[in-house]
Amino acid sequence: MNAPVSEHIVKSYDAELQRLTQEIQRMGDLALAELEASIDAVVKRDSEAAEIVVGSDGAIDALELEVSHDVVQLLVARAPMARDLREVMAALRIASDIERIGDYAANVAKRAISLNQLAPVKPVHALPRLAELAGELLRDVLDAYRDRDADAALLAWARDEELDELYTSLFRELLTYMMEDPRNITASTHLLFMAKNIERIGDHATNIAENVYYLVHGSRIGQIRRKGDATASTVLHGPAAD
Amino acid sequence: MTNAYVPLAAPSVVANPKTDILATPPKMSARNLDFYYDGFHALKGINLDIAERQITALIGPSGCGKSTLLRIFNRIYAIYPKLTAQGEVLLDGENILDPKYSLNRLRGRVGMVFQKPVPFPMSIYENIAYAIRHYEKLSKADLDVRVEQALVQGALWNEVKDKLKQSALGLSGGQQQRLCIARAVALKPDVLLLDEPTSALDPIATGKIEQLVAELKEHYTIAIVTHNMQQAARCSDYTAFMYLGELIEFGATDRLFTKPAKQQTEDYITGRFG
Repeated sequence: MNAPVSEHIVKSYDAELQRLTQEIQRMGDLALAELEASIDAVVKRDSEAAEIVVGSDGAIDALELEVSHDVVQLLVARAPMARDLREVMAALRIASDIERIGDYAANVAKRAISLNQLAPVKPVHALPRLAELAGELLRDVLDAYRDRDADAALLAWARDEELDELYTSLFRELLTYMMEDPRNITASTHLLFMAKNIERIGDHATNIAENVYYLVHGSRIGQIRRKGDATASTVLHGPAAD
Repeated sequence: MTNAYVPLAAPSVVANPKTDILATPPKMSARNLDFYYDGFHALKGINLDIAERQITALIGPSGCGKSTLLRIFNRIYAIYPKLTAQGEVLLDGENILDPKYSLNRLRGRVGMVFQKPVPFPMSIYENIAYAIRHYEKLSKADLDVRVEQALVQGALWNEVKDKLKQSALGLSGGQQQRLCIARAVALKPDVLLLDEPTSALDPIATGKIEQLVAELKEHYTIAIVTHNMQQAARCSDYTAFMYLGELIEFGATDRLFTKPAKQQTEDYITGRFG
């Protein structure tokens, strides 16, 4: 019982559900573009481009409001049942995840502007790889949503671990870098937050994957995701004081 | 730890949406039940348990056999010739389809309320007292008590206590329907059958009936036929979906309306039946 085989007796119901899906896809495309543009602004040290990214986040917020409005209308008018209900619930939740992803991307851009006022630091090289992974993850879950493909969602869901591991190694690198020379602390702290933002984007992507799975199967993913983010328990000791 | 999370206590008797297993033993059971209107095979091999003091909803498109099934549960069909039932319907383990099971006894144990309220053309008091007198010899004082109890259970007492001698036909549609429910429970039946009890009522009267049904669950086993999917989802613990005389799916209401197991159920409850 995967894809709904037939259409509703009331045709406008199908149109409303379809509209919801299209809004989510549009939100997803915008969030992906925002993430890419923000990393581009970091790499090229382009503060103007970063400003544009920060300003563009409003489009995603507006779409999220539209999704919320449409969901309320659908609940009132159609009282959806079974898979239709899961479609509506998933759309509402996924929209809120994408909205957060947009916020994180915008924050990366905002910090890029601060970073550009400081001398370049070496660990910045790791950020594009981190963002690339997060972007792939996001694209995969959005495709899974478009295709209502729970298996693809599950695959993407499991991949977040890679992102977590990369984030943990960058975290350690930044700590070391800061210990080596306290003048690096300002830039490194911004980088640390940027990396954390991107790692969070991965977490929201896995939320989307979970909602795609729920939409299709009506049940939760039955395993606990292994987490590769070990930063919460990471302790680096500096050189002993004499 | 004083702030430890304590889960909210679950109601002691509640349908388990994961297993569809009845929370209480079956009060009534159809066993390999077939039914024929003359030559027409209206019910085909129905096996269904109605859990005690739970609400079971019967849903399905017109002509699927849900009202027929309900009517077999108190043998209304027996008054028409050429209607035949095969198989068993057990009430507390006894087959009520057995001709030796007296209709009088059955009707006292299984009450029924119909789509359109059908009060008798007599006073409000007599509507209730009439049925009680048929079954029991009571003094006037005892009868008064029973009539009051029934009207209280029917959530009608406060509205009619000052006009018990007035004709029941003067009541509103919703009040008439609650009178019919009061009349059914006046006999202290085990099972209450409701055949689309709110389809002729406005939303306020419907709400009152639904509230009443929820309260009656404490004392009675209830089966309700409804075309209103939201009503089934709101009011019942279990739902049976029927189609073309067959029982397609039965399960905990929460589960059936969110994650039906059968495509036909999914298509029907989501409005995709073509």
